[in-house]
Amino acid sequence: MSDAVDTATPKRRGSSVPLLKRLKSLITVLLTVLLTLVGLLFVTFIIGRVMPVDPVLAIVGERASQDIYDAAYKSLGLDKPLLVQFGIFLKQIAQGDFGISNLTARPVSEDIVRVFPATLELATVGTIFGVLFGVPMGVMAAVNEGKWQDQVVRFVGLFGYSMPIFWIGLVGLIIFYGLLDWVGGPGRLDVYYEDVIPVVTGLILVDSLIEGDLDIFWNAFSHIILPASILGYYSLAYISRMTRSFMLEQLSQEYITTARVKGLSERTVIWRHALGNVMIPLITVIALSYANLLEGSVLTEIIFAWPGLGSYLTTALLSADMNAVIGGTVVVGLIFVGLNLLSDFLYKVVDPRAR
Amino acid sequence: MKIKNLLKGLAFATAVSVSALSATATYAGTPNNVLVVADRIDDMTSLDPHDLFEFSGTDYVNNVYDKLVSFDPKNLSKGYQPGLADSWTVSEDGKTFTFKIAKGRKFHSGNDITAHDAEYSLRRVVMLKKTPSFILTQFGFNEENVEAAIKATDDYTLVVTTDEKYAPSFVLNCFAAAVASIVDSKLVQSNEVEGDWGNKWLQTNSAGSGAYSLVKWKPSESYRLKENADYWAAKPAMKSIIVRHIPESATQRLLLEKGDVDVARNLNPTDVEGISGNSDLAVDNDLRGRIMYISMNQKDPILSKPKVREALRYLIDYDGMVNSFLKGQYVVHQAFLPLTYMGELKDKPFKLDIEKGKKLLAEAGHADGFEAEIIVRNAQERIQIAQSIQNTFKQAGINISLTQGTGKQILGKYRARDFQIYVGAWGPDYPDPHTNADTFASNPDNRDEAKLTGKLAWRNSWDIPEMTALTKAAAQETDGAKRAQMYVDMQKEHQMTSPFVEMFQKNEQTGRSANVQGFYTGSAVTGVYYWTVTK
Repeated sequence: MSDAVDTATPKRRGSSVPLLKRLKSLITVLLTVLLTLVGLLFVTFIIGRVMPVDPVLAIVGERASQDIYDAAYKSLGLDKPLLVQFGIFLKQIAQGDFGISNLTARPVSEDIVRVFPATLELATVGTIFGVLFGVPMGVMAAVNEGKWQDQVVRFVGLFGYSMPIFWIGLVGLIIFYGLLDWVGGPGRLDVYYEDVIPVVTGLILVDSLIEGDLDIFWNAFSHIILPASILGYYSLAYISRMTRSFMLEQLSQEYITTARVKGLSERTVIWRHALGNVMIPLITVIALSYANLLEGSVLTEIIFAWPGLGSYLTTALLSADMNAVIGGTVVVGLIFVGLNLLSDFLYKVVDPRAR
Repeated sequence: MKIKNLLKGLAFATAVSVSALSATATYAGTPNNVLVVADRIDDMTSLDPHDLFEFSGTDYVNNVYDKLVSFDPKNLSKGYQPGLADSWTVSEDGKTFTFKIAKGRKFHSGNDITAHDAEYSLRRVVMLKKTPSFILTQFGFNEENVEAAIKATDDYTLVVTTDEKYAPSFVLNCFAAAVASIVDSKLVQSNEVEGDWGNKWLQTNSAGSGAYSLVKWKPSESYRLKENADYWAAKPAMKSIIVRHIPESATQRLLLEKGDVDVARNLNPTDVEGISGNSDLAVDNDLRGRIMYISMNQKDPILSKPKVREALRYLIDYDGMVNSFLKGQYVVHQAFLPLTYMGELKDKPFKLDIEKGKKLLAEAGHADGFEAEIIVRNAQERIQIAQSIQNTFKQAGINISLTQGTGKQILGKYRARDFQIYVGAWGPDYPDPHTNADTFASNPDNRDEAKLTGKLAWRNSWDIPEMTALTKAAAQETDGAKRAQMYVDMQKEHQMTSPFVEMFQKNEQTGRSANVQGFYTGSAVTGVYYWTVTK
């Protein structure tokens, strides 16, 4: 049974679903999202408060006298009961106010708008790399199960899993930037190109195209390709292994045998029928791997001096900058929830039975 | 067949990416009038000179702001020099300082620099009450008296009156600190919101008169300065300064070797070693202000015994550490003032001597040693120091358990006097010996309720009325040479009797392109001034 057989039926069914029912499911989804976020906020908030780290010291510094310390303690509202603090905090967040970051002296929301595009750009290019290479490699491994191609893919995947990203990043920089001059160095751009074009999306690859500045586009590309490939390599390892196992499962199904018996070309059987069915679980795999990259890869960001969410959150955490930590956590939470919703939606596009 | 197609596709995609990249990557060295510095600047949390109190912040302030009193970065041993004030006099009772502000100088905004700006700036420090404000308020300025104590009597005369007599060198050194920067009062006032003295605005903007002005600051990422072509002290050779946050030493080295940065400020010993044979690069050494020490809580019945304190001084492998994991990064130093400070003490009376340590322990009644806990923050060099100490202490029978934690956790315990032995570091707050004497050798009130958390002697519960009096006397001594000698004497006693074992002083190793000249890191007393740099 291929997808094509089923496609017509659910559409008819879909149109008969009452509006009320759809509205109900929409409300359920929204409520779930809201509850998840409040839960996330509560847990992050409590962890932030019970952590044996002093957020006041983070602001006033080691040398502060007791008066200055006490004043900062009060201004942070730390003298109020915990639940009251949480209430005030929720109210602020509902108004889109994450407070001021102690580290940057700017609103956390502004900071996130500044650092998140760097991570988004890196994760997106990395995921594109991972999917472009990972899916075909997984298919190739499954089709040639047990043969040398399978072994090569397994080796490449295992290598990707087992090498520390810190090491791969440095070696990559030494070879491709230091010795071969193929790529740009650490950072998102050569310093002379920084702040030349106006910020529209914060994604330099996109902004440079909007501005029509190809020099900057290629410069940004030369900087992002190495860290993105390294991150992409990790998702490639994961995506290719998962694709392989999903494909093996599909290739042993009867409909594949039927398709072959019917005389369909091997290409059609593998790429259209088998891979078509694999796409459904694969979307979840890709979405999860994308979400992982969007959290920001701290080590990659440190090695490549990439000013993204990962290093922002880590620095904030180590300095007990709780506003920044919570702001960042909400963003990461939203990414996970959003990508889950997106993959649910894509299920329905790819598999009409899920509608 | 299909596999071949697939492989062909992959090969093609790779070839396209590689050829696109090799055609586009740019690798020119930095231009001759631009200085690009790789540094760790994620400690910079504010650009307001009356608010910031971090290392990277001092470098920024030195270049964007001027003070009444200044240093010659090319010759720091000359001490304080005229800055925005071209002369000053001190009254006979030693309490009134009259500064004459030089005429004809301007802020970056084009506004004239007058005594009213100096008055506004110094009052602002007192009224804002941010952490570094104590550097000025220790002279008795407060919200109530500041209008009388800091006063512009005409456009170019500023009169400052302290509450007591202090050594003029002490007062003037403090007026050379970052917190005493003079801001453009008209500009800052025009950005005040709800009586905040323009603090919110100045945290991310600049209002100075220094050799450079701020172009852009991206926190934990970079900042960029441009030259002030009309700078009064000198004409900067570098038109533009770019300081990039590059956290990793290996990355800094790679950028330096490629010529993409001119200066790398945080190279670890391995990377310093790695570039040592490269004739295009050079490494500079400069003794900075940071002192590494261990200290013993005097509430502890064992650690408060003088013989035990003395024994521990002989149970530390000072040379072993600086010749191994601290190589190049620290030198052995056993006094509370950093070398290069007025009153420095070069004596190093202690070396690892297990037998002597054991003998002293036995005399203290602890021949079989004892158990103790060292608290240490989880920074690599501190942990290594703590482990070395754990090892040598054990040879004398002292069993040490190490407790690691984040900086804030460990510091919290230290400030709460809740520890036995602490591995710490201290950097001077301003370029005068009183800064360290006041914390290592002064404790006016040893009660818990006093909460003198800013003073290390208090944190260690070290009750020292005599030494506290000596510290105060030295801060008031008007004869410079006599004052310096007082610090030498005080350190000699401190070295022998205090619960502090000063071990090392920071040596900063800076990697730079060989063509970069005049990059001075400021020794122990100040930070970097970029106007001295040429290529």
